[in-house]
Amino acid sequence: MWLELDIERQLRAAGREFRLQVALACTQPRVVLFGPSGAGKSLTLKAIAGLLRPERGTIRMHGQTLFDAGANIELPPQQRRIGYVFQDYALFPHLSVRQNVGFGLNKRCLNSRRGTRIEAVEQWLQTFRIDHLADSLPAQISGGQRQRVALARALVTQPQALLLDEPFAALDRDLRGLLRQELETVLDNTGIPLLLISHDPEDVRMFGQQVVQLAEGRVRA
Amino acid sequence: MLDLDWSALWLSLKVAGWATAINLVLGVALGALLARRRFPGRELLDTVFTLPLVLPPTVLGYYLLVLVGRNGPLGAWLQDSFGINLVFTWQAAVIAAAVASFPLVFKPARAAFEGVDRQLEQAARTLGVSEVALFFRVSLPLAWRGILAGLLLAFARAMGEFGATIMVAGSIPGQTQTLSIAIYEAVQAGNDGRANVLVLVSSLVCIAVLLLAARLAGRSGGSRHDVA
Repeated sequence: MWLELDIERQLRAAGREFRLQVALACTQPRVVLFGPSGAGKSLTLKAIAGLLRPERGTIRMHGQTLFDAGANIELPPQQRRIGYVFQDYALFPHLSVRQNVGFGLNKRCLNSRRGTRIEAVEQWLQTFRIDHLADSLPAQISGGQRQRVALARALVTQPQALLLDEPFAALDRDLRGLLRQELETVLDNTGIPLLLISHDPEDVRMFGQQVVQLAEGRVRA
Repeated sequence: MLDLDWSALWLSLKVAGWATAINLVLGVALGALLARRRFPGRELLDTVFTLPLVLPPTVLGYYLLVLVGRNGPLGAWLQDSFGINLVFTWQAAVIAAAVASFPLVFKPARAAFEGVDRQLEQAARTLGVSEVALFFRVSLPLAWRGILAGLLLAFARAMGEFGATIMVAGSIPGQTQTLSIAIYEAVQAGNDGRANVLVLVSSLVCIAVLLLAARLAGRSGGSRHDVA
């Protein structure tokens, strides 16, 4: 069991109350969090990454406690070592593809220079076949290429888990199939466990060794 | 007739430069703080920081005099601890100019930081980059354009500061008599020739600053490569 969580959080948005109450245990290396939009899938992912603070509950990953409301434990997102890919990728618009991918390897207060080459960054650029775009800005490349940059940026830091928020939703069908295969190859080679959010049955078929259904903030049995 | 008083121009540039440097640090830091942190009294603080924009400069000057004057809390402390008296010094003119132009940096800085996509900062956090580092590597570069425009306007405003400056720094030629105060003194003394020259110099400097602002804005608008 690489991930175990049981959390609660009350949210208010646009005058509407929403109660997130999710308990799940990931027993398989590849898990799909499946459900309609507004079910609380993204909120659950954010809580795991430390971007949303639950009011109650615990989150444990590989035996390490990331969050425990009772014991007052809350690891900041910087220390959770989680590779997170946002739905619209959240690439840094002012940095080149190479600088984006290498972002997490540089902990200093200044961005790396454009020409700076780091072995691990170059390798991931090649793996995802985006090395020819290394000096481009995110606005200058296509949607599929952006998704690869976001994946490479998350993987280069050697995370202990990969969280993907609807990674293929913004892409057309043919590209989706290709990128799913690329992701599967990477997962096979690295062995990093995956938690993926989707409402596409095709994602469930490919990555759903274990499927957790979410609706209205709760796990459906 | 052409006894151009360079000392007044030089002093104005020095005072405005220091005031802008202070506001670069304080205005950007407080703008970022109010854009990103929620705390009670946040909007009240925003109002207080914006006040110098609408208060009569003489009121600002009076407040400063009460604060840093010999009997003021800050003034008495400086006098007792370090033997420093700020009133009627060029440093007092810097404080007056900094306070008067502060909202012109703070307001655009806050708006610029609020315009930065929070998700980019969250992405930086998940990549293990500290809060301080992500401020300098993500938030600040993306907000920089808006901040720069504010800084140049603040510099021009600091150059022209008059009311608060004359109250806390006075009008000592060569020491605290800035360009705008020198113009006032020249007109009062009926020295029209000197007034004309000083007015012309003052106008030219302001036009130069505005042209520079337009050029910088135009360049960073055309390409965002420099920002990194």
